[in-house]
Amino acid sequence: MLTLTHFLTLGALLFSLSVAGIFLNRKNVIILLMCIELMLLAVNMNFVAFSRFLGNLDGQVFVFFILTVAAAEAAIGLAILVVLFRNRQTINVTELDDLKG
Amino acid sequence: MPIYEIVFYVFSLVMLGAAVMVITVRNPVYAALSLVLTFFSASAIWMLLEVEFLAIILILVYVGAVMVLFLFVVMMLDINVDPLKEGFIRYLPAGVVVALLMAGELLVVMWSKGRFEAGAYPIPAGNAADYSNTKAVGELLFTNYLLAFEVAGVVLLVAIIAAVALTLRQRPGGHRQNPSLQVRVQRDERVRLVKMKPEPRQGS
Repeated sequence: MLTLTHFLTLGALLFSLSVAGIFLNRKNVIILLMCIELMLLAVNMNFVAFSRFLGNLDGQVFVFFILTVAAAEAAIGLAILVVLFRNRQTINVTELDDLKG
Repeated sequence: MPIYEIVFYVFSLVMLGAAVMVITVRNPVYAALSLVLTFFSASAIWMLLEVEFLAIILILVYVGAVMVLFLFVVMMLDINVDPLKEGFIRYLPAGVVVALLMAGELLVVMWSKGRFEAGAYPIPAGNAADYSNTKAVGELLFTNYLLAFEVAGVVLLVAIIAAVALTLRQRPGGHRQNPSLQVRVQRDERVRLVKMKPEPRQGS
């Protein structure tokens, strides 16, 4: 029998994997963006599972909005990436130190 | 019915394996393709949960639009991946430790005391054959969440304008029309009247 625990565990493992990905690929902005997408997917998995097991559709509406905002975020992030590459010819995070933060 | 479990475990394993591929492969193109596989498997699991509308949306919007955008950008930028992978081995222990800690904490919370077991959250019965998940979500979306829905549309519009405004560039030496100059043109700038003597017909 598949209980809610199964789906929450899956979401938790996916989220942990994407956190590890952010650590491992901390120089490549593209992979960082992909890891953020993975994190959002893990969160959406939890929303969907709870929505199903509580018999409440509000969770699915939330997932819909998260997908919308994630699409907008990906579009703007990639646009920034293109401008960045055009100006610096690199997407290496360690070389992006113009702000001297 | 063990078929549910088999489907769940197969797609979960594919999904987690593809997620590992996303974070470990050298080539960003392969990472993007693995991400596509991850989303496909997630969509199958959502289908198992009878969340059909979002499963289809995940494939259409994410695989069809967002991941294609990713692939487009990855292939358009001529990236030298070697310097980007330098710190991989160095940060591997830290990443694994943090991930394991985080997964351990989450799993402890989830598995202890049977918080989310069938006792607390009974397994829902399957929906009737004529039940439409799309219709149910749509009814909710266009009544209780109408304002949020409209705001989501505005967010997408802002994203379109921002993406275009960020990446638009005017190249020097390009042949562009200036509509305002075209509208303001006067007759003298286009027509030149020349006075000349009549010439005899050729060949006569």
